[in-house]
Amino acid sequence: MQWSWIPQNWSIIWPYTLDNLLLGLVPPLLGLVIAVPVGIACVARRWLYPPVLSLTSALYALPSLALFVVLIAYTGLGNLTVIIPLTLFSLCVLIPNVVDGLRSVAEPVRQAATAMGFTQLRRLVQVELPLAVPVVIAGLRVAVVSSISLASLGQLIGVSSLGYFFIDGLQRDFPTEIYVGLGLTIILALVCDLILVTARTLLTPWARGRRVAPSPLTPGPPVVVR
Amino acid sequence: MLRPRLTLRGGAVIAIAAMASVVLAACGGSSNPLSGSSNGTVVIGSANFPENELLAEIYSIALKAKGVKVTDKFNIGSREVYYPEIKKGAVSIIPEYNGTLLTVAVDPTSTAATTAQVNAALKADLPPSLEILNSSSALDSDSVTVTQAFATAHHLTSSSSIGALAPYASSMVFGGPPEFATRSDGIAGLKKNYGLTFKSFDPLDESGPITIKALQDGTVQAADVFTTTPQIVTDHFVTLADPKFNFAAQNVTPLVYKKAMTPTIIATLNAISAKLTTAELLAIDTAVIVNHDSYSSVATSWLAAHGLPH
Amino acid sequence: MSFLTFAWDWLKSPQQWHGAGGIPIRVLEHLYYAGLPLLIATAIAVPLGLLLGHHGRGGFVVINVTNIWRAVPTLGLLILVVVLLGLGVLSWLIPLVVLAIPPILINTYEGVGGVDPELKDAARGMGMTDWQLLWKVEVPVAVPLIMLGLRTGAIFVVATATIAAEIGVGGLGRYIIDGLAANNYGEVAGGAAVIVVLALVVQAAFTGLRRLVVPRGLRLQARGSR
Repeated sequence: MQWSWIPQNWSIIWPYTLDNLLLGLVPPLLGLVIAVPVGIACVARRWLYPPVLSLTSALYALPSLALFVVLIAYTGLGNLTVIIPLTLFSLCVLIPNVVDGLRSVAEPVRQAATAMGFTQLRRLVQVELPLAVPVVIAGLRVAVVSSISLASLGQLIGVSSLGYFFIDGLQRDFPTEIYVGLGLTIILALVCDLILVTARTLLTPWARGRRVAPSPLTPGPPVVVR
Repeated sequence: MLRPRLTLRGGAVIAIAAMASVVLAACGGSSNPLSGSSNGTVVIGSANFPENELLAEIYSIALKAKGVKVTDKFNIGSREVYYPEIKKGAVSIIPEYNGTLLTVAVDPTSTAATTAQVNAALKADLPPSLEILNSSSALDSDSVTVTQAFATAHHLTSSSSIGALAPYASSMVFGGPPEFATRSDGIAGLKKNYGLTFKSFDPLDESGPITIKALQDGTVQAADVFTTTPQIVTDHFVTLADPKFNFAAQNVTPLVYKKAMTPTIIATLNAISAKLTTAELLAIDTAVIVNHDSYSSVATSWLAAHGLPH
Repeated sequence: MSFLTFAWDWLKSPQQWHGAGGIPIRVLEHLYYAGLPLLIATAIAVPLGLLLGHHGRGGFVVINVTNIWRAVPTLGLLILVVVLLGLGVLSWLIPLVVLAIPPILINTYEGVGGVDPELKDAARGMGMTDWQLLWKVEVPVAVPLIMLGLRTGAIFVVATATIAAEIGVGGLGRYIIDGLAANNYGEVAGGAAVIVVLALVVQAAFTGLRRLVVPRGLRLQARGSR
């Protein structure tokens, strides 16, 4: 591992890192914008959820490289070809999380809000959505980390990302480059994950002061890999 | 009691929204491959292998030094992928190899063989939006290459013709870039010109480590190793001769989108081509591929050493 | 509709169905490149998950393994191993096994560890030994989650086997990599279509398997609680 390579080549490392960050953040955020209304609809109309869930399950099973390649016919070789499939993947994670989050609001709380004169919309925005935040952010974390990692595949279709260092490192038989690509991708993902955990803490002041560090052995929604 | 405390919570929401809008704004202005050449910027593209990226880097640094506005779009893919992009002007300049450009993208039936013939055919047959500038004398050709051990065992040298493999071909696996399977000068060309029918074709990479390793460990017995691949020298591979010009002359030649050209750009690129020889090309390839020097530093040093803008 | 046109034209050509590069062979290759790592990963992850979950140990490690797993770019790991180890079976086997372990491990761990403590108390009260507790109570209750983990792992290896074509192995990913190199969009589209179908079949197969294997009592309970 040639550590000196990093500062020497920072001027090319940084743009690729930013490109990868972009490709990793835009899809989950777009996915969130779509998932929240869809999730709300699925909670309001219970019959909507099973078909939506089947659709997202099926979509999630598809290899991302195959999806990138499907998009080439429509969006060519630009960033959109990577952003659209990654947004779809983010949706697959976020919709169930929005639904679960909204459903996890205890019935007494909802009833209390109605009793206090909240309209349905106000109850949704001021009570149910805020209470759903932890579950939604859990989904957002998965979506962000996955997108940052999957974005590197875009390099196979010429879309600029940290994947460049894997391909170039392979072509030049140069492990240092590959380590740097791997390291930066993981660091980016973990930093974004940390930011989201902090956001969750900031957005749920009522949960502070109580030990809510999720222990895997406490009953409750398990930290499963869907 | 249920009054929402907007301060800290709202602040966090605003922060996330701000992050989102910054990202979306950057998204709008980021490198769109279809923009660039319309507002006076030239887009320099390259194929997805190190030598081509290095050549594109040389063009890019020299042109920037002459005050031209340049956008780099390297590693687009193989020719079959970037050729449509330069035809429509999404890319303005690509370092090309005249022979394969002709036989793969322009006229697969062409029998032009020497540099002069190839360039004449290109000038006649390239689409109206494109032209080639002066060719350099540097050649990087496809080849049929074997290991030293194989050559010795079969009494072959670098003067032996590719055709000398004919008696052994049916028990040999040939390796090369994936597109070699369908190109007219690929598997089909070897069969037509030299009567070689290999046992099978193994798609590897663009004369990179996978191809080199496959040749070294015997996964393939012969491979298309590009002639300026440093490992030909370091590993003592033997490249067979091509007397029938299955592979046409492959000089490094800038392919350009006419509308994006200015006299400065043309003069600079021609000056670069004038100084680029095969030996030079092999040397800078070695620096980048074997010594792992960075593309930009090798390009800058080479330009400086030859009195070119850098 | 251009993706479908390209894919269909390529798929209906008879030459795609014969020979060493034909679809049937590539599908079998793909199942091998995906199936073998899945088997090995299951053999490692399930016992490990059972052990850790039963004893309630290693929770911290298991949670963080999943975070890191999602952040690791598959392409990077595959290329790194090839550059370090050269070509050979281990170059694709090791990364694919390593990447398939986390989803199976964490779901097994969660499944066993998340068993209702009251249930475990009752079992111990009935005189069950530790071993019996594991096999008669914890494992059956954990089966739905374990099967979910296997399904996730299966989908994951199908996707990573696709990417492995970049380092020279066979399988359905070849159609994408080779097609991209030769700008034969028909091959790319056709290959992607076959991969999508295979992924959906694998998804359905494991979903069906899960339904088959989950003990009847749990299934009824789950349905009842909806």
